[in-house]
Amino acid sequence: MSDFVSSEGHTILLAFWMTLKVSALSAAGSLVLGTVLAAMRVAPLPVLRTVGTLYVNVLRNTPLTLIILFCGLGLGSIITVADMQTTNYFWLAVFGLVAYTSAFVCEVLRAGVNTVPFGQAEAARSIGLSFTQTLRIVVLPQAFRAVIAPLGSVLIALIKNTTIAAAIGVPEAFYTMRNELQSHGDIVIPIFAGYALFFVALTLPVGLLFGWLAKRWPVAR
Amino acid sequence: MRSSRMAAAAGAVAAALALVLSACGNDSTSSTGSGTSTSSGNSIADKAKNDKALNIGVKPDQPGLGLQSSSGQYSGFDVDVANYVAHKLGATTINFVPTLSANREAFLQQGKVDMVVATYSITPKRQKVVSFAGPYYVAHQDILVRANDNSIKQSDDLKGKKVCSGQGSASGDRIEELYGTEVNLIRLPGYGDCVNQLLGGQVQAVTTDNTILAGFAAQPQNQGKLKVVGTFFSNEIYGIGLKKGDTKGVTAVDSALRAMFQDGQWRTALTKNLPQVPAETPPAIGKFDIPFQQ
Repeated sequence: MSDFVSSEGHTILLAFWMTLKVSALSAAGSLVLGTVLAAMRVAPLPVLRTVGTLYVNVLRNTPLTLIILFCGLGLGSIITVADMQTTNYFWLAVFGLVAYTSAFVCEVLRAGVNTVPFGQAEAARSIGLSFTQTLRIVVLPQAFRAVIAPLGSVLIALIKNTTIAAAIGVPEAFYTMRNELQSHGDIVIPIFAGYALFFVALTLPVGLLFGWLAKRWPVAR
Repeated sequence: MRSSRMAAAAGAVAAALALVLSACGNDSTSSTGSGTSTSSGNSIADKAKNDKALNIGVKPDQPGLGLQSSSGQYSGFDVDVANYVAHKLGATTINFVPTLSANREAFLQQGKVDMVVATYSITPKRQKVVSFAGPYYVAHQDILVRANDNSIKQSDDLKGKKVCSGQGSASGDRIEELYGTEVNLIRLPGYGDCVNQLLGGQVQAVTTDNTILAGFAAQPQNQGKLKVVGTFFSNEIYGIGLKKGDTKGVTAVDSALRAMFQDGQWRTALTKNLPQVPAETPPAIGKFDIPFQQ
């Protein structure tokens, strides 16, 4: 076991770092796109609402494996983001994860928007705020505070979903785990246990942090 | 009913935990100690004679070597070798078990298969947990390109090119060691994905064992579109994996392989399944360390 750690330790650390990078970039991207989608779904313009609804329902109901493979092998054959293949597939995987996760972020946020009493939006409009101003200043800050904990669940799901990026060759934790399994068939169970532990170590604090944040910033009404 | 099922589940969890703990605890002794307890009574040679049936692990997804058709039939060079050896040992019923690179050792240790004939390269690390018979073929790392591409003639030509190899494969590791980032390498889960990328033009070359490449080149849908370059840059010594410590089985499988080499069946199987690999002379049985020379 110790010679396993000394020979593979560097690769494993790089893989964990890759998982963190994919998770962080996808989380940031999904939060932005998810917020835009949520705004579209509550917008007064019917076209925006239809497009938002269509997007969410298509992406939310498609298996992530299919989306990632499409991004890597389908989209990857049409557009090239970076010349280095590994970098290229990294960004394509992040793109796929953002496309998928933002649908869930949108729905969580929309639930948050529904917790804000209708009178607040009416009051905002009556003092002359535009739709975007109402959303930005009055509705969204309260909506976000109401859904901190569920957003944490979405983030946890996203971190675990990054493992699917291995399907298009992104060398994150799951990818290296499979490699280790192939070359170290004698310690299969410890390898599984080790990688499971890594994901727990990553997601457990996320859950605790979001739970704490939710308590810290309750909606004051 | 319900409670007994729950008790069974709890038992399974406990057993799994115990396994994890024991596997973590004594990894230095488990690999050497577990195999030696195999008595001559459960050698594969005896099992073939007495039961007339063997379970053999082969690859399900490697054209030309071990490929499972949609109707469940297996074909390929590994499958032909497995069939020949099993019949020589006295088995009449052969049950092929789809085996992946990652579970070959586990299947042998758990007794799910009696032997593994699945592009199984003999390495010192694997010899610690598995007993090998053979070798029955020496493959070489090679390059697959589109049939009209003449720009890649040797491994050095891969510099600056987009190349695909398999995840966890020794071939991909070798390219990374030799050329680092000079070769623009992507590693996909299966060689089928790599070959699709090659056909689609996203990569210019696929590299791994020539046997695997030749198998893809010989597939009906790829006929005339792909070619194996024919430059060698490693030796991959394919052996037949048996349960650790089954020396009687190794001897029996070795003599079956010798017979296959001598009566011409080996060459027939090779040229039938892998027309694009050179029909070299069969390897010397028992010689596991064949240094590579250009």
